[in-house]
Amino acid sequence: MFKIIHAQFIAPGIKRFILEAPRIARKQRPGQFVILRVNQTGERIPLTIERSDPEKGTVNLVVQSMGKTTHLLNSLETGDSILDVVGPLGKPSEIAKFGTVVVMGGGVGTAMAYPTAAALKRAGNRVITILGGRNKDLVLLEREMREVSDTVFVTTDDGSYADKGLVTDKLRQLIENGTRIDLVLAVGPIPMMRAVAEMTRKERIRTIVSLNPIMIDGTGMCGGCRVLIEGKSEFACVDGPEFDAHRVDFAVLVQRNSMYRDAEKRSMDDYKRELEAKKAAVKTEAETACVLEGK
Amino acid sequence: MATTPTKSKNPIPNRERIKMPRQHMPEQPPLVRAQQFTEVNLGYSAELAQQEALRCIECAKPTCTETCPVGVKVKEFVQLIVEGNFLGAAAKIREDNVLPAITGRVCPQEDHCEGGCLLKKKGESLGIGYLERFVADYEQQHFDTKNIVKAPPTGKKVAIVGSGPSGLTAAGDLVQKGHQVHVFEALHEVGGVLTYGIPEFRLPKKIIREQVDYMRAMGVEFETDVVVGRTVTIDELLEEEGYDAVFIGTGAGLPQFMGIPGEHLNGVYSANEFLTRINLMHAYEFPKYDEPMVDFRGKNVAVIGGGNTALDAIRSALRLGAGKAYVLYRRSEAEMPARIEEVKHAKQEGIEFQVLAAPIEFLSDGKGWLSGARCQKMELGEPDASGRRRPVPIAGSEYEVPLSVAVIAIGTSANPIVQSTTPGLNTNKRGYIQADETTQRTSRKGVFAGGDIVTGSATVILAMGAGRRAAKGIDEYLKSGQW
Ligand SMILES: Cc1cc2nc3c(=O)[nH]c(=O)nc-3n(C[C@H](O)[C@H](O)[C@H](O)COP(=O)(O)OP(=O)(O)OC[C@H]3O[C@@H](n4cnc5c(N)ncnc54)[C@H](O)[C@@H]3O)c2cc1C
Ligand code: FES
Repeated sequence: MFKIIHAQFIAPGIKRFILEAPRIARKQRPGQFVILRVNQTGERIPLTIERSDPEKGTVNLVVQSMGKTTHLLNSLETGDSILDVVGPLGKPSEIAKFGTVVVMGGGVGTAMAYPTAAALKRAGNRVITILGGRNKDLVLLEREMREVSDTVFVTTDDGSYADKGLVTDKLRQLIENGTRIDLVLAVGPIPMMRAVAEMTRKERIRTIVSLNPIMIDGTGMCGGCRVLIEGKSEFACVDGPEFDAHRVDFAVLVQRNSMYRDAEKRSMDDYKRELEAKKAAVKTEAETACVLEGK
Repeated sequence: MATTPTKSKNPIPNRERIKMPRQHMPEQPPLVRAQQFTEVNLGYSAELAQQEALRCIECAKPTCTETCPVGVKVKEFVQLIVEGNFLGAAAKIREDNVLPAITGRVCPQEDHCEGGCLLKKKGESLGIGYLERFVADYEQQHFDTKNIVKAPPTGKKVAIVGSGPSGLTAAGDLVQKGHQVHVFEALHEVGGVLTYGIPEFRLPKKIIREQVDYMRAMGVEFETDVVVGRTVTIDELLEEEGYDAVFIGTGAGLPQFMGIPGEHLNGVYSANEFLTRINLMHAYEFPKYDEPMVDFRGKNVAVIGGGNTALDAIRSALRLGAGKAYVLYRRSEAEMPARIEEVKHAKQEGIEFQVLAAPIEFLSDGKGWLSGARCQKMELGEPDASGRRRPVPIAGSEYEVPLSVAVIAIGTSANPIVQSTTPGLNTNKRGYIQADETTQRTSRKGVFAGGDIVTGSATVILAMGAGRRAAKGIDEYLKSGQW
């Protein structure tokens, strides 16, 4: 059992958890993730560690409600527990002095890019950060990112905050302005990472992406997380999750991530129905109580 | 301790015993069991067990014990069954084998005890596995953990990495010697392959839970969700957490793929993933459990391979509703490494065996899903390094099989996580840990290893044998302090 020390929504549908996990906190490096299982009947899902505090023995996770498991997770509060959390898994990000690094975070991807950005800054790089979200609410960790970046650009798809447009528009501007870029780190939705890869390929800028295939064990045992890297299968949980963006077959990633779409939808629908039934039950109970009390 | 040979309580003369037929194992009817995950074999009753035990001809030099990798005293425990002393029989087995309910179900007896049984020359071997299973189950029903006697503590601490049969055996033996034992397991359940690999219909999870509860009662501590090498390293266990010795029993868990086109298609699984979804994650109970599985109902499914893993996978697919279920194996049935009983059961359940055939390409439906396999026929050539005849492709023999799901069960290799994070731990060319054959010592002081991570994929009983030798080796090291 892993206790939730603190849980708070930081944006609509996005919650930050501070978990008591001393072993993981002690070993975590930027870029690594955990796999968790909420309860006995739960599935195992991977989540990147936003940061950890080895002294306090805690790790932070940022979770966006997507399917049943993430909704269930985001219904948990301070004081609740998560049944299983294992990690830290995956290879840590490569941290070195590259020169100028552009860190791009899309939505919750920013939480995953954050620890690496901070480490790159500490390693003496010039860090230019581009944050993006569909709207103002979904631009995450701007304050934290400003603390570890030399420059921060923000874009929103709908223009509700900062510059209207996509993170890739900003990247194009930087390239067109002749900014010297030694490395790009892009973490976010697959279409965003794919677009970044296409743009930097032409410019021959080394680009790293963090992939999120379906996983079970996270130790190289099942092969379910395999991704196609230049025609060769690699296991994202042990060989990744970070890969050279120019070698990744994004089409296969999208295809494999859709494998259980029907089942996932069914789980989510059942879950919603369950919640509504519970709500209705609570309501009837309250109504009955009112009637009984003669109100 | 010298034992005076007791006179046999078996009234039947040997020449009559030889003529007695082997007692059949009661089992669920094939068409019923192919629809559900409950255990196929139902187990002997006390009467059947005693009837079968009477067949033992009590050889002066029992070859059954010689051919058992852990030397179970078969003749003696079988005589105790004849006498009706079932708990005594269980205790006799436990002297050499701490997981009898498991080996009684999954050991390849035909290669070991039953293969060595002299009755086989005259007809059918003694049902030693069935008898072992019977006494183990009887003991489980009649044993009280309150009767466990704990050894006086030695003050030494041992860490066991991995909770498969090698780790469990080492843990059980070490705790009996009074050492404090802590088992670390990467997954959320203990048991190794017994839990995530072998399905319910062959080895009910309840059996493993009971064995583990028994060990807990003896004082073994279990900590799940710890990937040694990532969550904590071997060096940290020895230097910071105060362990005096470590046993590595991490198995051979890395799935091998075939490296043929189309392996990334949706619907192509490694046997490990497929079986883990079913056994560890209960995908067959979706949507009660959240882990999803593709819909098998009415679909064509094939497994590639001929071992126990392959048969476990395809029989699971059948139970999930597969319309047609095939085994594609590149050699002939004689070379199949699976237990004979599993092949028999699979055939009864309606699984089709296409031997001397192997896929060379997985075909796509154009939308990213598997639609079939292009296969090639084989013939057997000269024996290879394993002593089995090598499959040779027949030119121009290609054919296609329509398939929605393919499960690849062609073997596994060593998981490098522990080796790559433990400096000075020697491995062989294939990445398996090198360990001494009698003490299971590795190249690192205080570190022992055994089971599949040393030998490559083998069997439950061989892993247990290694766990037992390691426990002995560790105990000697802890007592002498000598390396
Ligand atoms: C599907 C299947 C069916 C089989 N059927 C039979 C059969 O019928 N009869 C038979 O005799 N044999 C059978 N076998 C083979 C047998 O199961 C294995 O030989 C045996 O389990 C090996 O035991 P082990 O203790 O070496 O490792 P395993 O059982 O593989 O256990 C290793 C454990 O270590 C854990 N681990 C790995 N790395 C780490 C780490 N870094 N930190 C912490 N924990 C870790 C794993 O999660 C696992 O739980 C079968 C195998 C499979 C896959
Ligand atoms: S998640 Fe199973 S191998 Fe990567």
